[in-house]
Amino acid sequence: MNGKHLILGVLLLASACALTMAAQDNSTPAPKPAARDAHGKQPGKEDDQDEGQRIFKRRCSSCHNAPEGFSPRISGTVVRHMRVRANLSQHEEEALLRFFNP
Amino acid sequence: MAVAVSSSVCAAQNTPLISGGVGFFSATNGGQTLLTPTIVPVLAAPVGNHLLIESRASLFEFFSEKGAGQSGYDTSHFIGLSYLQGDIVASRHFTVVLGDYLLPFNTYNDRLAPIWISNFQDAPLIANLSLSSTGSGLGEMVSGNAIERKNYWIDYNAYYSTRSANEQFGASHGIGGRSALHLPKQQLELGLSYNRLLQGTHENFYGAHAWWEPKDTAFRLRSEYARGHHADGYWVEADYRTPAFGGLNSVVGRIEPVLRFQQTFRRDNAASDGLPGVNTQRVDFGLDYNLPHNTRILTSYARQFSATQDENVWETGIVYRFLFPAWKGKQP
Repeated sequence: MNGKHLILGVLLLASACALTMAAQDNSTPAPKPAARDAHGKQPGKEDDQDEGQRIFKRRCSSCHNAPEGFSPRISGTVVRHMRVRANLSQHEEEALLRFFNP
Repeated sequence: MAVAVSSSVCAAQNTPLISGGVGFFSATNGGQTLLTPTIVPVLAAPVGNHLLIESRASLFEFFSEKGAGQSGYDTSHFIGLSYLQGDIVASRHFTVVLGDYLLPFNTYNDRLAPIWISNFQDAPLIANLSLSSTGSGLGEMVSGNAIERKNYWIDYNAYYSTRSANEQFGASHGIGGRSALHLPKQQLELGLSYNRLLQGTHENFYGAHAWWEPKDTAFRLRSEYARGHHADGYWVEADYRTPAFGGLNSVVGRIEPVLRFQQTFRRDNAASDGLPGVNTQRVDFGLDYNLPHNTRILTSYARQFSATQDENVWETGIVYRFLFPAWKGKQP
């Protein structure tokens, strides 16, 4: 057994747990959902978000973890890049754009 | 509805982006330690409505422990372009790629290799089979969705590469492609790849891959098989994150155990194809941790068995993924 690597690995994982807890304590709250109708739904927008989230999980996060937020200025570029990399259809591209720009 | 759709799509901006990963890796293989600080930047720049220019570079510095009882490290470095391509989105079924592109043989080379994506530092043993030394082709490739239905779709990539000895854009003369069937309800992807070298012995390579992600779980199973004229092999990799203790972004949910098993089989030593010279089995046990802010820690232990030598491989690394606009752009 390689002791140096074991110690380094344990230290890194322990630091990671500590940093995660600290980050969660200091993290900004999640954005509040937009106003909803009497049934608790926001027609159209919610469907768009569900569809976009489904496509993101199916086509993007099968390869990589979701990046934790990025500037809306590049959302179009991100989606076009993914369209080429993941062979997205035009419908999927538009759904992802709506998902990234609710 | 149409107005809402068009306004949210318009809110998206096509400012060029810089993405990629920066990492520090340590690997000890058979008692020899290698330290590797790494930067892998990606540039993606849209031009108009149908063209995207994209490129990825790799900058590695290697610190390898001196052997034979000597202390200290030898150093070397590598700087190179992984790809530089222009993507023309011609229609919903058809994208033309021109330039130096990643070869779409199986899935590792063009989908899993980036340091901010792969679960292990090491590529699978069969990763280089059929890819020549560079992993990229020079010429043209077409890709897209051939068939799209609600319950399945089939995508494809087909390419022609010319031979190039250029230092940055090295490639072998060849043709090939990949096609995959996607079943969204079953969360299953099944694909086949083919590559034929049109230089030297005109060797054929065959590949197959299967990915499965059971619905509503954070479990992923990926596997590949590749066969050349002189050797073949496969790998199977599974990773899991549990949402049971406060979700995937909780302290526990960020822990990601990973397991990979692989075997290679050598039929003859007539050619150098990147696979081990003798039959080899290897099992990797990994424990990754997904920190907030796009940072990931990778740790693993592997035991490799072969007729020539059994080895232990210990690896530790940390990777930060960045993604930001290349310049300010307009306010959305």
